[in-house]
Amino acid sequence: MFTPLGAAVTMMLLLRGDDEQAQHNVKILTLTATLATFLISLLVFVEFNPSRPDFQLVEEAAWLFGLLYKVGIDGISILFVLLTTFLMPVTVLACWQVKHRVKEFMAALLVLECFMIGVFCSLDLVLFYLFFEAGLIPMFLIIGIWGGTEKIYASFKFFLYTLLGSILMLIAMIALWLMSGTSDITALMAVDVPSETIRVLGFSVIGGVQTMMWLAFFASFAVKLPMWPVHTWLPDAHVQAPTGGSVILAAILLKMGGYGFLRFSLPIFPIASEILAPFVMGLSVIAIIYTSLVALMQEDMKKLIAYSSVAHMGFVTLGIFSVNKQGIDGAIFQMISHGFISAALFLAIGVIYDRQKTRAIADFGGLVVRMPIYACVFIFFTLANVGLPGTSGFVGEFLTLAGAFQVSTWLTVLAATGVILSACYALWLARRVVFGDLIKESLAEIVDMSPREIVVVLPLVAMTLILGLYPSLVTDIIDVSVNHLIMHITQSQQAVMIK
Amino acid sequence: MMTILLPTILLAPLFGAILCGFAHRVLGERIAIIIATTILCVTAALSWWVFTQFSGETITIRLFRFFDSGSMSADWSIRLDRLTSIMLVVVTTVSSLVHLYSFGYMHADPQWKEHESYRPRFFAYLSFFTFAMLALVTSDNLVQLFVGWEGVGVASYLLIGFYYRKPTANAAAIKAFIVNRIGDFGLALGFFVLFLMTDSIQYSEIFAAAESLAVTQIDFLWMQVNAAELAAILLFIGACGKSAQLFLHTWLPDAMEGPTPVSALIHAATMVTAGVFLVCRFSPLFEFAPTALVVVTVVGASTAFFAATVGLVQNDIKRVIAYSTCSQLGYMFAAAGVGVYQAAMFHLFTHAFFKALLFLGAGSVIHAMHHEQDMRNYGHLRRKIPLTFWTMLIGTLAITGVGIPLTHIGFAGFLSKDAVIESTFAAQSEAGNFAFWLLISAALMTSFYSWRLIFMTFFGEARGNQKTHDQAHESPMTMLVPIILLAVGAIGAGMIWYDPFFGKTVTEWFGESIFIGVGNEVLEAAHHVPKAVKIAPFVAMALGFLIAWLFYIQSPSLPKRLSESQRPLYLFLLNKWYFDEIYDFLFVRPAKWTGRLLWKRGDLYVIDGVLHAVVLGLVPYLTRLSRRFQSGFLFHYAFVMVAGTILLMATVLILGGAGR
Repeated sequence: MFTPLGAAVTMMLLLRGDDEQAQHNVKILTLTATLATFLISLLVFVEFNPSRPDFQLVEEAAWLFGLLYKVGIDGISILFVLLTTFLMPVTVLACWQVKHRVKEFMAALLVLECFMIGVFCSLDLVLFYLFFEAGLIPMFLIIGIWGGTEKIYASFKFFLYTLLGSILMLIAMIALWLMSGTSDITALMAVDVPSETIRVLGFSVIGGVQTMMWLAFFASFAVKLPMWPVHTWLPDAHVQAPTGGSVILAAILLKMGGYGFLRFSLPIFPIASEILAPFVMGLSVIAIIYTSLVALMQEDMKKLIAYSSVAHMGFVTLGIFSVNKQGIDGAIFQMISHGFISAALFLAIGVIYDRQKTRAIADFGGLVVRMPIYACVFIFFTLANVGLPGTSGFVGEFLTLAGAFQVSTWLTVLAATGVILSACYALWLARRVVFGDLIKESLAEIVDMSPREIVVVLPLVAMTLILGLYPSLVTDIIDVSVNHLIMHITQSQQAVMIK
Repeated sequence: MMTILLPTILLAPLFGAILCGFAHRVLGERIAIIIATTILCVTAALSWWVFTQFSGETITIRLFRFFDSGSMSADWSIRLDRLTSIMLVVVTTVSSLVHLYSFGYMHADPQWKEHESYRPRFFAYLSFFTFAMLALVTSDNLVQLFVGWEGVGVASYLLIGFYYRKPTANAAAIKAFIVNRIGDFGLALGFFVLFLMTDSIQYSEIFAAAESLAVTQIDFLWMQVNAAELAAILLFIGACGKSAQLFLHTWLPDAMEGPTPVSALIHAATMVTAGVFLVCRFSPLFEFAPTALVVVTVVGASTAFFAATVGLVQNDIKRVIAYSTCSQLGYMFAAAGVGVYQAAMFHLFTHAFFKALLFLGAGSVIHAMHHEQDMRNYGHLRRKIPLTFWTMLIGTLAITGVGIPLTHIGFAGFLSKDAVIESTFAAQSEAGNFAFWLLISAALMTSFYSWRLIFMTFFGEARGNQKTHDQAHESPMTMLVPIILLAVGAIGAGMIWYDPFFGKTVTEWFGESIFIGVGNEVLEAAHHVPKAVKIAPFVAMALGFLIAWLFYIQSPSLPKRLSESQRPLYLFLLNKWYFDEIYDFLFVRPAKWTGRLLWKRGDLYVIDGVLHAVVLGLVPYLTRLSRRFQSGFLFHYAFVMVAGTILLMATVLILGGAGR
């Protein structure tokens, strides 16, 4: 699974010294490498049997210092791997016009891809942590080197936020390892982490050690996702990141947080998850309403979409912590769908940024007059972002809300107002950017999307529609794994109840 | 036969939309729109065939899998019963006629520049709308219904904002979408309640469980309520949004910014009736929710009254008809609310003909008058555009309900509107009486504003720009033929279909598509109301006509004098009871204000402030890093960082491991 990536990385490193002029070659090579990875992941998918609940295609090897290298996939992770490998060629193609230090940029992208796939496949705690953290570095570089005017501030904010979150997770991981003596995730699921109430610094903690560890993991995943109130790094990072960076950040990196909840928080700490679910769901609802309102007032397009991403991730956590079939299915679907839609929206902003070197909403208006194809794409993804039925955006929101409704009507009613608010900010954005008459002098000569740009968004349009019209495509793959997950959680919770 | 026919009816418009929207560069504009129109006409013909041949047995056709998440699963499918067959005919007929009409109306539209290609886009949207509407009415589960429901909303959004250069059109489009979304919010919650209680999203299973819902309590927010009542009321909120009922009606008048054929198709005949269809479709649920039915009646009747009052004073020809639509939809809801869904469907059916006729007629007037829409600039047009005049006259006779009292002979609206009013009286309940009186007074006002429209447009002296009047001309045949066909419907639809919809054969005809609860005998009682009640709507209509005649023919100075002496009332009505202003104050501004506050204060001040304070301890570290950063040793730094992390991890783990 990693061979092609490893090869690609090595090749990039080799190319580094000698081939200064042929930037083109570098791009072609990267594109080929990412496409090859995608094909391989498709092969993996063919071999994968979605009717089995356990991890498949597991590879195990001893690693340095006696640590375990163990990777494998289940119905949930295969989807994220596919999402990653699918989006990478698209991103590479979208970054075709990078001029500055092309090789390094492409290398960073490839390394990042490798780490991201690593995160989604790791079946070992240490391995997961390494990939999870290492993914920060190329992203940090992408923002820091190829970013906008305030790239330094943004990249450090990004880096520090996520790193601070991770340190807590690291501590919890070590504690977990000391307690159980294994770092194998499948083995950890069977471990019964003590959940008796304990006293820490004079406070009595319900759920005991589980709660403490859960919170530590939560710190990391919540920042990554991001959840309110630790979301403020995201708008800054997005605004400063180059288009390709934004795409990966929104489409894939954020999903690591949600994936983390599904892979660790729920199965390993089921009691703590139960205790803290209302807390998380409350935060999710705040995130949905709060960030939607904030998005309404943004003047920078990328910031607006970034805030909208936070709101959409609110649906993800809402669904995950409903801990029922619809909720979790919806959360996973929402993550996948958001991967395509947010990627497309950032690409769309990139298209006009490339032409005008500005992202201020006020600098545009009436683009439909000169850019009909662009307008069509923009409106399509705006509507998808709003969760229009028939596009993938709808399925995730609908399922998560249906799941959450079984848990709390209050939270669902509040969260559902986010659906109204999203229509407000998204359509208002479309109106100010795309519609109206084209009167601004600066836009008089703007040209429509080039064939390359169209090729970039077409796969995303296709996926958004396919998943919207035939959602079973995704739900079939995750069906067994999600059932297994829910069963595991309820069983562990019951076990504790009996005790 | 049906298994091939129905998918064809459903999918053909989508095919037309795709072809027209994307292939017009290859095919040529003209051919593309001709294909789209032909497809729609064929669809309409097939729908009529289905309508007449359909036996009444519910047929379900599964197309392919759609949704699957545990017990929440559904297919893309087609459910044909009487309700569906009625809607099929209404939708495809009006749609095909509007397609045809748009040939003439959208030809050389002054909103566009010479080279701009806008017609294929317009036809594609129209066809897409038709598809979404068909998906809505043929659905056999909640999710597909929702797909169609929001699909028509999007088509409406795109078509209202069709003149994208006009800021007012854009604003109206967004408003329509968002207000509809508020309704959809209720609808979705209603679905969640149903799913939670019945563990299914299939109609058949939900309907079967409806009776048990009526005796189940559910915790919703702070209340404990009856599940059936709750679900029904939430669904009705959705219906209010789509059908522009009171409190969610504000988008409909603004939607008149769209091209007139759109107003006829979407905002008069089809989409706005989706709410009525929804209530009728869920009759098995509503029948077990008496309180919800009272709400439906009261809201419907109040809307009918409110919209009629506003319609009295509007000057824009399309807005008058828009408020009239709003008001007529209120009639339908009132009928459904007292448990006579058949009367609601009857009025829906006839209304589609005469309201589409009025809109297309208005479009013809507007076309003749070079896109002037203010009736104060019309007058004396009956000789210039005689065909338009006569057909609109038929439309007016139909909407005001002209016919021979105590018989079943009359224009379409006469039969269906009287059916509605008699039903409300027959209900013999407080809500029914409330609705009865409001509807009678609304009938008077309907008659007044409809005749006012006719008199101001076609009679009196020519006002406004003289040149425009001189150039006024009758519309081309492509526009007149649809109008004439609709006029035929407006005359005959009521008389022809009285028996199946409301008369002798009504129960067998609707069969199982409408569920009537035990003890609901309003339909039967409606036929035996006192004669005075049967004549009342006719009297109201005649009175309205007389007042309009007095005001606009006999002494044209009277309206002006009246509006001056009753200035506050006049302004109150002219400004539509100030709903827009109140909403702006209550919702729009606070939302923006809160958004800005949360962003500037919440995000940038509180959250980032705290973060910066935390980070402050790391500042020396940070500065060192950033100096490095700028000197270009970034890669070094990064790899050191990776190595460091790995090393740290490894050490800790090994030590930890050794320690055990």
